[in-house]
Amino acid sequence: MIRFEHVTITYPEATSPTLFDVSFEVPEGELCLVVGVTGSGKSTLLRAVNGLVPRFSGGVLSGSVVIDGRTTSDVAPRDLADVVGVVGQDPAAGFVTDYVEDELAYAMENLGVAPDVMRRRVEDILDLLGLHELRNRPLASLSGGQQQRVAIGSVLTAGPRVLVLDEPTSALDPAAAEEVLAALTRLVHDLGITVLIAEHRLERVVQYADRIVMVPGDGRPVVVGTPAEVFGESVVAPPVVELGRLAGWSPLPLSVRDARRVAGPLRDQLASVGTEVFSRAVRSLGDVVATTDSLQASYGPITALRGVDLEFRAGEVVALMGRNGAGKSTLLNHLVGLREPAAGAVQVMGSVPHRLSARDVVRVAGLVPQDSGVLLYHDTVAAECSASDRDAGLVHGTTRTVLDRIVPGVDASMHPRDLSEGQRLGLALSIVLASEPPLLLLDEPTRGLDYGAKQRLVEVLAQLAADGHAVVIATHDVEVVAAVADRCIVLAEGEVVADGPARDVVVHSPVFAPQVAKVLAPLALLTVHEVELALAAASDSSYS
Amino acid sequence: MGADAQVSMTAPRLLHPGAWWLWAVALAACALRTTNPVLLCLIVAVAGWVVVSRRADVPWSRSFASFLRLGMIVIIVRLVFQILFGVRVPGTTLFTIPEVTLPGWAAGVSLGGPVTVESLMAALYQGLRLAAVLACFGAATSLCSPYRMLRALPTVLYEAGVAVTIAFTFAPQAIVSSRQVREARRLRGRSDRGVRAWTASALPVLEGALDRAVALAASMDSRGYGRRGSSSASVRRRSIGLVLLGLVAIAVGSYGLLDPGAPALFRIPALALGAVALLGALVAGGKSSTRTRYRPDPWVAPEWIVSLAGFVAFGSFVIVGRLGDALSPSTNPLEVPAVPFVAVVGLLVGTLPAWFAPHPPTLASTAAPLVVAA
Repeated sequence: MIRFEHVTITYPEATSPTLFDVSFEVPEGELCLVVGVTGSGKSTLLRAVNGLVPRFSGGVLSGSVVIDGRTTSDVAPRDLADVVGVVGQDPAAGFVTDYVEDELAYAMENLGVAPDVMRRRVEDILDLLGLHELRNRPLASLSGGQQQRVAIGSVLTAGPRVLVLDEPTSALDPAAAEEVLAALTRLVHDLGITVLIAEHRLERVVQYADRIVMVPGDGRPVVVGTPAEVFGESVVAPPVVELGRLAGWSPLPLSVRDARRVAGPLRDQLASVGTEVFSRAVRSLGDVVATTDSLQASYGPITALRGVDLEFRAGEVVALMGRNGAGKSTLLNHLVGLREPAAGAVQVMGSVPHRLSARDVVRVAGLVPQDSGVLLYHDTVAAECSASDRDAGLVHGTTRTVLDRIVPGVDASMHPRDLSEGQRLGLALSIVLASEPPLLLLDEPTRGLDYGAKQRLVEVLAQLAADGHAVVIATHDVEVVAAVADRCIVLAEGEVVADGPARDVVVHSPVFAPQVAKVLAPLALLTVHEVELALAAASDSSYS
Repeated sequence: MGADAQVSMTAPRLLHPGAWWLWAVALAACALRTTNPVLLCLIVAVAGWVVVSRRADVPWSRSFASFLRLGMIVIIVRLVFQILFGVRVPGTTLFTIPEVTLPGWAAGVSLGGPVTVESLMAALYQGLRLAAVLACFGAATSLCSPYRMLRALPTVLYEAGVAVTIAFTFAPQAIVSSRQVREARRLRGRSDRGVRAWTASALPVLEGALDRAVALAASMDSRGYGRRGSSSASVRRRSIGLVLLGLVAIAVGSYGLLDPGAPALFRIPALALGAVALLGALVAGGKSSTRTRYRPDPWVAPEWIVSLAGFVAFGSFVIVGRLGDALSPSTNPLEVPAVPFVAVVGLLVGTLPAWFAPHPPTLASTAAPLVVAA
């Protein structure tokens, strides 16, 4: 169905090709997962399927991409619309119309589908994706998960044989992600659609995949195979696979169910070790850095926060979790003074953030927003660093020193846009950290990061907490919460529904529990690293 | 299809965008025919009343307020220009600003001098007229989204759609990204207020808007926008030529109708030529296009009422214009503007949409907040 033959793609002004000599084939009716580290060219590969690369991106494509017997160099993307449906990373950026129904019908109108057929197909897709309650809603009023489903529906109505999705769940909370993936597997199984999907959070999708295309990104050839084959040696693997490797299970388990079936002996072995080694060394907590007192916030008639009372202390890493639209970003914005509370109070280091001048607020609280790129608008890394020193009135070179500590070896003459996702986040983080705010806030910092970059981020955050910063991360990524958070707050509909030690909050939740916890329940172990430590302790005690 | 028969007068639905635009254009045409401040304020009030009663609960429905604000700015700018550079009208002098003698090449431009009540009132009336026109367009954009209007246009015009769609989405997206950029400035410790903050954010805002425009164009293309039917290049060129000719002729004709001093040829004949050209393009384009339309908006009683209400208001202004000069009250000598009865009745008819247009559908459930906070 999809065939890449010796495809090499070079963007304009790039010194080396983004993809080099890629050849693979995806047969009809398969769900094929594209994996690779950040910046390895996954998005480029996906966008090449219907010719958006190079037609809308510039650059040169050599070799050929054949889709359903048609070569993309001969056919414009619009003429492939009935064969390939593409959903980009940000669904809202691709919306053309204003209402859900119109958006679903848009592609069919362009294809000239007869009105009665259109009517029927829209109804079918509304049912298939569970959108019927939203049919008359303006697109702007939908939550992230709903928008993602509408975006998928809007390409499905055209009846494509191939569906291409770029990180369809990266912006979604765990429950909404499940919803989207369940819809996708239904499409593959019921309609025989071929799906090509890129995703960083492998733990969410790997069990559904028939085939994996791994793009290493460092010039080595792509690896294609079944999940078990590819993950035998892959540098990126979901926690359950890592656990399988650690325990030496063969074949490697891909889902929690597979792993649980073989994990009995491991559980017994771990249960024999005392529980005290499981818990992370508790950081000593310092003074209260920030408080909110019955904080309320609203957007027009909608209440975003309803009476939130919280306290953040120096030296702790707090994870803020909850559905899309539960009020996590709103809370962060209030803590950094971007918004004025509708009622109640916010205090950071004894002052009210929204009353402080921009220059003073960065000394008490720093926020790295969801799209960290918006913080960067100079044309070189060096210019960003010196501008940051100037803005905050710091000694020249401070930001660069922080940057070298977080991500060493970033080329000072590079354009921030050309940095990898992880490097860009590091740069944004160091600009915020340069003035050493006691309260550090991060909104969805792991979006678009691969496991390696996430691991480095986790180390940086742990170090910052040890240095006495209060770190608050709003995130959907349960694995990161498991790895770094001391305390977890769950928000729902603008209210705090859970607030306690991260281990207690996440371990028994079917939605928020990380994979390792699900495999090893009832043991309260959260990460592969913890299992490793526990095993080491177990072997020590057996020798003594 | 049978769908038209089922449309009830009262069930919540979206009115045909063409009806709203006809109504708004008719009101704007009223405003262009008069400088009577009482009538102009009435027009703004009529537009505002209908907007408040019938706008949907959607983001773009708040644009009416921005158009009103823009109107205020227009009035202020008009007054300032009158004070500084305006033609010196004799009359009651309010105050005098120092006169600057300009070199010979700038003859005809005056700078400074006595500022009279009469000249200020004339400027105020003209500014008010522009503000009223802006309010009418604000009403149209908040009552139905620009995209729905575009969708209702004939297929041939739709071909110019990529550019138009991107243009329509540019302003709201630029507003969103300028807010983002200013917030980012604050997060970096720079002031988010003042002129410098605005100018410094212009480049990133434009960059962001351009990125989004490209993303939108890519999305439209990959969803089949602009697929050619079996038509040949010459047929396409002919229909595009006809569209351009028709639009220009209609623009000239509308101008002629609004400006009493225009030659007679520029009025009805130009409009007729434009209509014929567009009709021809429609026929030619309809043959070649493969586009179909999903659930086209019906045109039934409420649509007739809304558009006719606009026409009645316009008609009343035409009649008043014929009968006397109540539409352009004198400012020299200054007199209290007369309020022509017929025009007021016409404008009252113009408020009928506030009762006879169907209510827009409300958000079906309260499950998701209108503004997603994430």
